[in-house]
Amino acid sequence: MTRHRHGRDRSAVALWAAVGVLGAGVAALAYARSARDDRHRPADSAPGRTARRGRFGDYAVTGKTITIHRTRQEIYDFWRDFANLARVMDNIVSVTPLGDGVDRWTIGAPGGTQVSTDTRIVEDRPGELISWRSVEGSEIETEGKVMFRDAPADRGTVVEAIVAYKPPAGNVGRLIAKLFGKEPKVQARQDLKRLKMLMETGEIATSANRKAA
Amino acid sequence: MRALTWQGKHDVRVETVPDPEIVNPRDAIIEVTSTAICGSDLHLYDKVIPGLLPGDILGHEFMGRVVEAGPGSTLKKGQRVVVPFTISCGACFHCRNAQFSACDNSNPVEKQEATETLYGHAISALFGYSHLAGGYPGGQAEYVRVPFSDVGPIVIPDGMDDEDVLFLSDILPTGWMAAENAAIAPGDIVAVWGCGPVGLFAIQSAFIMGASEVIAIDHYPRRLELARGLGAKVVDFRQTRVLEAVMEMTGGIGPDAVIDAVGMESHGFAPDTVLDNIKQQLLPGVDSIHALREAIIAVRKGGRVSIPGAYGGFADRFPMGAVMEKGLQIRTGQTHVPRYTRELLERIGEGEIDCRFLISHRLPLERAAEGYSGFKNHPDDWTKVVLKTGRS
Repeated sequence: MTRHRHGRDRSAVALWAAVGVLGAGVAALAYARSARDDRHRPADSAPGRTARRGRFGDYAVTGKTITIHRTRQEIYDFWRDFANLARVMDNIVSVTPLGDGVDRWTIGAPGGTQVSTDTRIVEDRPGELISWRSVEGSEIETEGKVMFRDAPADRGTVVEAIVAYKPPAGNVGRLIAKLFGKEPKVQARQDLKRLKMLMETGEIATSANRKAA
Repeated sequence: MRALTWQGKHDVRVETVPDPEIVNPRDAIIEVTSTAICGSDLHLYDKVIPGLLPGDILGHEFMGRVVEAGPGSTLKKGQRVVVPFTISCGACFHCRNAQFSACDNSNPVEKQEATETLYGHAISALFGYSHLAGGYPGGQAEYVRVPFSDVGPIVIPDGMDDEDVLFLSDILPTGWMAAENAAIAPGDIVAVWGCGPVGLFAIQSAFIMGASEVIAIDHYPRRLELARGLGAKVVDFRQTRVLEAVMEMTGGIGPDAVIDAVGMESHGFAPDTVLDNIKQQLLPGVDSIHALREAIIAVRKGGRVSIPGAYGGFADRFPMGAVMEKGLQIRTGQTHVPRYTRELLERIGEGEIDCRFLISHRLPLERAAEGYSGFKNHPDDWTKVVLKTGRS
């Protein structure tokens, strides 16, 4: 390779670098502008929890929709007895009624510890909707609701569950954040799939060849 | 019990493992009498399908006697059954619509994550396959736990030998569905790439469905001979330019339907195959699709492309232009086995379909590893291996 060509290569590199920097700048400007434009977009039909932003005020929201070939009433009845949820929800150890309409949810946390939250039912419409909210002084501030509606074409019931929680501060907060932060979306998805399996087939699929010891 | 376990690439061993037991109410335990090695087991043997763990029990073509039935099973102790390789709950949307291999509920929840990410939806469970498909212990064993045993297994009447009905578990319905997916009209010419077990059953099925002519493409003389024995015209790609031959043999029109019974480990010495195979060695999830490319280029305009061959990842240089510009229809999928077993059992009983012609080797389960290496390394002689347990 001649000296002359070497020099030309070097200037070509410099030119491409300049083009690259310029391009990156233009892209950044375009992105900023489109982000600004996005704030003024009319709302679409998608559920809020699928928005590109993940927070709503102080609350983190997660939710999942699934279709189950059972009637609204059957699924409602199963869910309304919160104790049943421990069968399908991986991290729920137990749900115990404390009386006075309050339930205590005991949640298994990493490292074998447990946390609990006490909730009260806010709204209860048989076959349609159940919503609950944590009572004052509860370790975790949370609210949730589950809605049941008829699916089209004899597919059963569309079950939509939404849980909002305020990630708390302090040590307990860190623990809880870890608990919920363990991909809450994945957790919700897996829990509802187990619910579907149990409601549709009467059992929860496992490839284990023997019963757990 | 004794069972064939996967240990790593080209390493399978018969070992002693714990017996299975009833875990869920609809389970049954089957004592295996006959089981076979499938071409798709070779994808596991070659480690081109991910998600196997050392010690996993392979095998998804098996039959045997019911030795125990859970309270939710409809099977009775002592019944002889063939078990479909797909596991289906019978209750979800897909099972209710006879799309049994798309079952929502058979793949354990945690194991659904991988394919839900990869494909947008989780796949259903299969016996003795990748953990992506549930990781259920398979049928190359003395005993198998069969979940949802009230849905899949078909009871076999006394008087029918294992070897007549064993292939109802996979390759016969798979070949049948391949022909069904080719939407054959009476008089059609159908071309089939790959004369392995699925291709051979697709040839038989295509004739039953009214094909006037079937062109079978392969390079193993014995397999081509089996295809010829079923009435197919054969093309040996080692000695013949396939595309040109197929056009000439169809009056310059091209086949009305083509069937890719080869799948992701397509070989043969074509430049695109060499490139695909190099990529397959370097990257996970690259499928070799030489046969499929050729089939798509060969099929007539407005024709049908049926793909029973197994694929798992991504295909490079897929001829999308030909698909669109020629107006092709593509149908594929894991076999919806229980949709076909009853009808096919009848056709076997009436002597319309022959399964025995395929079997080249019968070995005791203890010699299963030999079966794998023979089937892999000498595909011309080893067309199909049936393994027998001590209970046969």
